[in-house]
Amino acid sequence: MSALTAVRGGAPPAPAEPVRRRRRWVPYALLLPGLVWLAVFFLAPMATLFSTSLQVGSIDEGYRPAFRVANYTEALSAFSEQFFRSFGYAAMATVLALLVSYPLAYAIAFKAGRWKNVLLVLVIAPFFTSFLVRTLAWTAILGDQGLLLGQLKEIGVLSPDFRLLARPFAVILGLTYNFLPFMTLPLYASLERIDRRLLEAAGDLYSSAFTTFRKVTFPLSLPGVVAGTLLTFIPAAGDYINQRLLGTPRQSMIGTVIDSQFLRVLDYPSAAALSFTLMVSIVVLVWFYVRRAGTEELV
Amino acid sequence: MSNSGVAGAGAALRLDGLTKRFGDFLAVDDLHLDIPEGSFFALLGPSGCGKTTTLRMVAGLEAPTSGRIILGEEDVTDRRPYKRPVNTVFQSYALFPHLDIQENIAFGLRRRGQKDIPRQVKETLELVQLAGYERRRPSQLSGGQQQRVALARALINHPRVLLLDEPLGALDLKLRRQMQLELKRIQLEVGLTFVHVTHDQEEAMTMADTIAVMNAGRVEQLGDPASLYESPATVFVANFLGQSNLVQARVSGRSGNDLLLDVAGQRLAMPADRSRATSETVFVGVRPEKIHLATGNARETGDSRSAMGANQLSGVITDTSFTGTSTQFLVRTSWGQELVVFAQNTSAERRSATPGETVVLHWHPAHTFAFDRSAEADAVEPVAEESAPVSRVKVTG
Amino acid sequence: MASAATTLTGAPGATRRGPSLPTRVLRFVSRHLVATAAALTLLYMFLPVFVVVLFSFNDPAGRLNYTWNSFTVSNWANVCGVPGMCDAVWLSIQIALLATVVATGLGTLIAFALARHRFRGRAATNLLIFLPMATPEVVMGSSMLALFVNANLIALGFWTILLAHVMFCISFVVVTVKARLSGMDARLEQAAMDLYADEWSTFRRITLPLAMPGIVAAALLAFALSFDDFIITNFNSGSTVTFPMYVWGAAQRGVPPQVNVIGALMFLVALAVVLGGQLANAARTRRP
Repeated sequence: MSALTAVRGGAPPAPAEPVRRRRRWVPYALLLPGLVWLAVFFLAPMATLFSTSLQVGSIDEGYRPAFRVANYTEALSAFSEQFFRSFGYAAMATVLALLVSYPLAYAIAFKAGRWKNVLLVLVIAPFFTSFLVRTLAWTAILGDQGLLLGQLKEIGVLSPDFRLLARPFAVILGLTYNFLPFMTLPLYASLERIDRRLLEAAGDLYSSAFTTFRKVTFPLSLPGVVAGTLLTFIPAAGDYINQRLLGTPRQSMIGTVIDSQFLRVLDYPSAAALSFTLMVSIVVLVWFYVRRAGTEELV
Repeated sequence: MSNSGVAGAGAALRLDGLTKRFGDFLAVDDLHLDIPEGSFFALLGPSGCGKTTTLRMVAGLEAPTSGRIILGEEDVTDRRPYKRPVNTVFQSYALFPHLDIQENIAFGLRRRGQKDIPRQVKETLELVQLAGYERRRPSQLSGGQQQRVALARALINHPRVLLLDEPLGALDLKLRRQMQLELKRIQLEVGLTFVHVTHDQEEAMTMADTIAVMNAGRVEQLGDPASLYESPATVFVANFLGQSNLVQARVSGRSGNDLLLDVAGQRLAMPADRSRATSETVFVGVRPEKIHLATGNARETGDSRSAMGANQLSGVITDTSFTGTSTQFLVRTSWGQELVVFAQNTSAERRSATPGETVVLHWHPAHTFAFDRSAEADAVEPVAEESAPVSRVKVTG
Repeated sequence: MASAATTLTGAPGATRRGPSLPTRVLRFVSRHLVATAAALTLLYMFLPVFVVVLFSFNDPAGRLNYTWNSFTVSNWANVCGVPGMCDAVWLSIQIALLATVVATGLGTLIAFALARHRFRGRAATNLLIFLPMATPEVVMGSSMLALFVNANLIALGFWTILLAHVMFCISFVVVTVKARLSGMDARLEQAAMDLYADEWSTFRRITLPLAMPGIVAAALLAFALSFDDFIITNFNSGSTVTFPMYVWGAAQRGVPPQVNVIGALMFLVALAVVLGGQLANAARTRRP
């Protein structure tokens, strides 16, 4: 009895249910068209991808349904290097994005005052322009005779052979750059939500600025860190635009392989096996990461 | 208990066996109420007592599990909220943020296709003392002003019954006092029936003609503020409305119009017509401010009042605390119960009773109330009040 | 002036231990370096945009528009001068508009169901909404290609691109609209019903106007996502060329400066939309 009373508290019960005789089918009718769309164009493709990954045959004689698990082992042993490189680059880009974004998000949340909205617009504004066009702009900046190196080479600071483009550096820089808002905005959102009085309380309880950050601010911003790192890592691991535009085949990532196996080599089973493995490994990584970070807040 | 309502012709609102369950939880339990036309009626009770649920059922925002709701002559139990001639002033005001004040107030009139809207809005704004605010937005108003707009938005529709759901809860104390008087003035001016839900006993007593004290989904007691206070019928009411000293007693006999009571061997008396008791085992109560304290000194010099056939109990002071207008004493009786006494700080005399001192408590028999203890066998635990931290009478003992 | 000197130098004799070194370092950092680092990050973010705008005024020496040659406005005056590019832009706009309308419609309905109704299968629905956002584009693109190839019902091209775009936009619409709806006080709708508004009138006068900013934001987001998508489109476009596909193809041969004009225009239009929205918002709240 007392427990029930406590649970109900003082709030008027269930204010979200004002309408009696609410028809039970209404929510399903609202959900149906969109969920059918997702089922047909997201779930069904995933199932097809999986069944394709087990098919046998060739593009000339056609692919037949089968259960050839060897597609996986073959594809993975042939392209393990690209797999690991993708995860490595994506991880580095994620860490860099976190390091670069945190001060910005912190400054907007705590120091921007009335410029907050303006700064938030500035954070997304660069990404209004086309993904490909802004990535190509980096080739103009980092190019061998580009805006940065051209000048330095002319005055003799750098040797004419020095390159930034076509190296892992350029690919990782591109990955970091292109997904920055996915890191900055969740970080900002979670920092913004922190009650200032908590920081004052920490100071009041003999905590130095450094300790306050380490023990209060950062832990409280963890949901943002988790969301931001996921939103950066996932697209970065599957991306191949940055590698293709800023790198060379020596930096080729798993996305590059899937793209060429599907669209050029036309080896659908192998491409599907790689694609499916990428999906599963990301789901597993995300699962463990979220479990360890101890937060359910993803989006 | 007294679930029967105020008898009356011209009930504006009648609740007939109204019941609401949320799963296993019985929020409102077989409620019967008649609310007379033109009255200011308060549903008073602690959080979760079912008062807001009752109000929401009347408004149509919650469907009753069973029972009927009758407005005037019409049974509205199964009507949609917008088909009922009642309007609500919500606790959070629920003003439409995207509409200005004029359109907020005109909302109900427009839905019913009424004419002459600007004039009506203007008059209603004058009534709530917000003339000239038509073009403001809700976000540009203070809490008190928003509260008036919410009131105006409901009043303008001239509902059969106006429902107020903790309307002053979000205001600070001073504004709340002011709005209490104002609400009362407006109610008298427009002559509508107001049903007011609150957990604040002072608010209910200031404004309402009739109060229904609710607890655990039932009405504990119904009546006008003075009779509820002077003659509570249950432990819950005695403790929820102000403070009470409740003492276990036995009815030992009668003497004329007086009922004689036995408390741990000491004799008390009270007018028989003030007792609600029907059996021998009773609770006897007296309000702390009705008790006078006689120190040993005073008794020796012969206090005049103690001779007037007053009820007397003796005890030892265990604690005193100064609260400004009065001093609060805790006095331990011979059977170990602590009673509360408020003494007005009217005397110029500085020396006051101090802890450890033996005193005599005495009060007028007509200030005594009594009700059956058996009815309270599975007694409701006294509910902690939300304001003043007050020590409670132990009912066991 | 002794007192002034004391105030200036502080108590000279006091050798009180100040805050620890890392604390002092961090104080300095938070006072100056955080702002500096933030400014540097913003610079990093804007650098490519400057370059895009700059090179839209370049008159390249050869086919490659990577090195600055000389200033010209002819790229802007003659945007559609390169064959195929404006067709690709127009196609992208058409697809983005259609995808926006469909995805905003479907996503808004789902958001209403999630925010306003109780039903079985809520967790499964949330998962199905979340998954497309957590799946790399290359996986979604390739899986749709696998479906289209296997089912062989519909030729790759305009319609397959549209189907795919609607699919990945729905989730973002749901999240955006749901955030707006769950921030809305359900009592406002109850108040409307209490004030004689029936279900339809409550929806039209209260729910919809209050949800509108969220729906508009979701539509803008969907448009931007669709217009800019490359990877999923690349898998499902057949021989159809959207603007990103055009840029991709051009990147292999040499990007005409007109591409930068389009990039700069996208930036300016989007900026105008966002700033316009903010100004309108500010004006509305400030209106006396």
